[in-house]
Amino acid sequence: MTTTPALSVRSLSVNFGSNQVVKNLSFDVYPGKTTAIVGESGSGKSVTSLAIMRLVEYMNAEITSGTIRFYSDANDAQPQDLTQLSDKAMRKIRGKDIAMIFQEPMTSLNPVYTIGDQITEVLVLHEKLTKEAARVEAVKLLKLVRLADAEALLKRYPHQLSGGMRQRVMIAMALACRPKVLVADEPTTALDVTIQAQILTIMRDLQQELGMAVIFITHDMGVVAEMADQVVVMRHGEKVEEASVEEIFARAQHPYTQALLAAVPKLGSMQGEALPRMDPLVVLDGNIARTLGESRQQDTARIDAASVVEVENLVTRFDIRKGFFGGISHRVHAVENVSFNIFPGETLALVGESGSGKSTIGRTIQQLQESTSGTIRFGGRAVADMSRAEKMRLRQEVQYIFQDPFASLDPRKTVGFSIAEPIRTHGLLHGSKAIRQRVNQLLERVGLSADQAERYPHEFSGGQRQRVCIARALASKPKLIIADEALSALDVSIQAQIIHLLMELQQDEGLAYLFISHDMAVVEKMSHRVAVLHLGQVVELGERRAVFDSPQHSYTRKLLSAVPVADPTQRRERVLLQGDILSPIRKVGDEPQHLPLIQVATGHFVAQEESGAERLAS
Amino acid sequence: MVIAVTLIVSFAIRLTGDPAVMLAQGAGSVTEADLERIREALGLNQSFLAQYIGFLQGLVVGDFGRSFMGGTPVSDLIGRALPATLALAFASLFLSIVISIPLGIKAAVSRGRWPDQMIRIFSLIGLSFPNFWLAIMLVLVLSITFNLLPPSGMEGFSSFIMPAATMGIILTATNVRLVRTTMLDTLRSQYIMVARAKGLSNTVVLYKHALRNCSIPLITYFGLQFGGLLGGIVVVERVFNWPGLGTLAFEAVSARDYPVLQGVITVLSLMIISINLLVDIAYGLVDPRVRKE
Repeated sequence: MTTTPALSVRSLSVNFGSNQVVKNLSFDVYPGKTTAIVGESGSGKSVTSLAIMRLVEYMNAEITSGTIRFYSDANDAQPQDLTQLSDKAMRKIRGKDIAMIFQEPMTSLNPVYTIGDQITEVLVLHEKLTKEAARVEAVKLLKLVRLADAEALLKRYPHQLSGGMRQRVMIAMALACRPKVLVADEPTTALDVTIQAQILTIMRDLQQELGMAVIFITHDMGVVAEMADQVVVMRHGEKVEEASVEEIFARAQHPYTQALLAAVPKLGSMQGEALPRMDPLVVLDGNIARTLGESRQQDTARIDAASVVEVENLVTRFDIRKGFFGGISHRVHAVENVSFNIFPGETLALVGESGSGKSTIGRTIQQLQESTSGTIRFGGRAVADMSRAEKMRLRQEVQYIFQDPFASLDPRKTVGFSIAEPIRTHGLLHGSKAIRQRVNQLLERVGLSADQAERYPHEFSGGQRQRVCIARALASKPKLIIADEALSALDVSIQAQIIHLLMELQQDEGLAYLFISHDMAVVEKMSHRVAVLHLGQVVELGERRAVFDSPQHSYTRKLLSAVPVADPTQRRERVLLQGDILSPIRKVGDEPQHLPLIQVATGHFVAQEESGAERLAS
Repeated sequence: MVIAVTLIVSFAIRLTGDPAVMLAQGAGSVTEADLERIREALGLNQSFLAQYIGFLQGLVVGDFGRSFMGGTPVSDLIGRALPATLALAFASLFLSIVISIPLGIKAAVSRGRWPDQMIRIFSLIGLSFPNFWLAIMLVLVLSITFNLLPPSGMEGFSSFIMPAATMGIILTATNVRLVRTTMLDTLRSQYIMVARAKGLSNTVVLYKHALRNCSIPLITYFGLQFGGLLGGIVVVERVFNWPGLGTLAFEAVSARDYPVLQGVITVLSLMIISINLLVDIAYGLVDPRVRKE
């Protein structure tokens, strides 16, 4: 191993005005190795990446002290200190020696220029290639990131590409000049797991090939375990711990790291267990990691009782109109022939990737979306047959929790008002005193305090806001709560607390949950039964243990194998998953085939797989 | 659209009074019989609807009728005035775009610091000028006091400077703010950070990557502005005695010369419609997402 790092950061501090967001940070990254910087929101990890590129100055932040030494090769005796370079000298390094990949593939390519323009631009700038030579090189680069049909791709615009393809273009662009250091800021966070797996494999292969030093910024411990050699854990702008990846996962020293790792749901941790398990919370109390509560089984599902909700042959399609006269040319087949039921006290998880129709099912049940055909029954009665008053009552019994807790609370109303609203709307309590008492009680129920009722949403953190949303959902005493990616926007430690809260509420109130998520590890922890969705159809449905321990459908297996496991000793050579996520949009008249479900074991249903010939034809 | 505009104009203009009276003025004593003869000669004795239908029939074959004053075909009058107006309008718009884009970008980039503050103060001052006052002040200073530029008429390049500057300055005042706001939005985009991370220079980042993304809202606004510009030009043309549509319209109104005014308004509304069409075409050119698959 070389002893000269590619990049060496010492005592780096970055300020936004008088607010210090990175404090005295030091770390190294070596050629061919990956240093991961992990932390939750506000830890300063993204600012660190922008500081290395000296891009913080465009965000009105400044590097107040420290050095960032860049070694152009192993024998570089006089490394450049990036913090001291002029803007002009820095521009020569940016994009050439040090390149960066950003988080949001959907917005990181310029929408008005072709893919070709954007890749060749770097080559013409740094490598002084002619336009034609740059084009030839761009084709090579696109092939390097395993994009098919590279020639044609050059002439396309970003909006014509999927998220996964865009991120590969982004990687091709970053690698154009064979940089010595690659800074990757949450490069796969916005992507579906199967696409994430593809991108991670490509990055790792190319790192080996080019011998790059990689700084990998992420919040996902699973990705860290897969990718990192060295791990830097950050919190509130400071490094709390640094060690090799094996050390961190096996013997984390700092209590914060311990708490963080304890909060990460690990896929496979429930193997062999029939019921969801409520784990004790590990919280940071000052500087000591403390364990709260006990481990207990979530034996709440009353499968002998009548279902709370039954969905039968549900179909939801959206028309796409094109042209001047608005004829329907295509349809989005969001939900195709889906049937399931949920028992009282049960958590049914709907898992799938983008375009699988999981959110549409939730919205259709909540009557936010009209179905094309099929029946939804509550307490045995079909929604279609219900009177207006009955439907109104249904809105009280079924509540929704959304992904973005900030967007789902009115910023101009106190949270107390928002929580009281369903109580008023459904006339559950009368008199402001009674309502106030109930609001206070609900706030305490979700782990907030009664005096916070008078505050506004912006005064709360993300996790607290999600608690407010849960309190609001509980206000009308629902039987079913639909949680649509309700944990996805939260940091892992907060996520663990909310999972804990949801399971506690289920135990106490006998709530049924329809848990919509793309996160297989969280689903494994929380749910009694799981339905795997693909292109609007259920491909596998059964008890969680059956689906996770012996997945039968190829898509379920693909999904499970794509999830990064938060354990570096389990790192495996993954087969590269091919292909993009299929689109549910079809031409009018081209109806998808409904795949019949076959019972393989008691309560475990698997869709018949399409034969190869049919797949090619579609 | 054209029908709606011409119908309203034809109707409104007839509310201003009888053109026969205007024509007869200065001819000494006129009898009611004289007036009646004039009306008959000009076709004013017909009903409003009949007059309007006659106008539309002419319009289809490109005939706007003849001026009440002197009998020159209206199309000839417009044909002479239109190039002058168009030249002035495009010169003003061009001037304003050329000034406001770099200034707006500068203001956005130095947001909150002194260049931004200065640009915003000047823009506020520019917004507060009435166009006729600015025009008169320019004439006063540049023509009368220093005798640098011709005060009126359209002869050569130097005569363009003042009228175009008058319109241009006022347009620039609004445009600078618009460019600044859209630029600030665009600069927050992730792809701008990506462009910087490639090592591109500030100029390339701003003028290649950011500006083209700003251009959709800007083109929309410049298109809308063209209509307002044609309105403002009437006043400015008057001050500088510019031989354009504005002056023509002004004279036609004073003389209650219906055919000329109807003709001018029709041409102006046709121009505004075609500008809107051009705007739609321009969208497709700058933004691939608007183009058809």
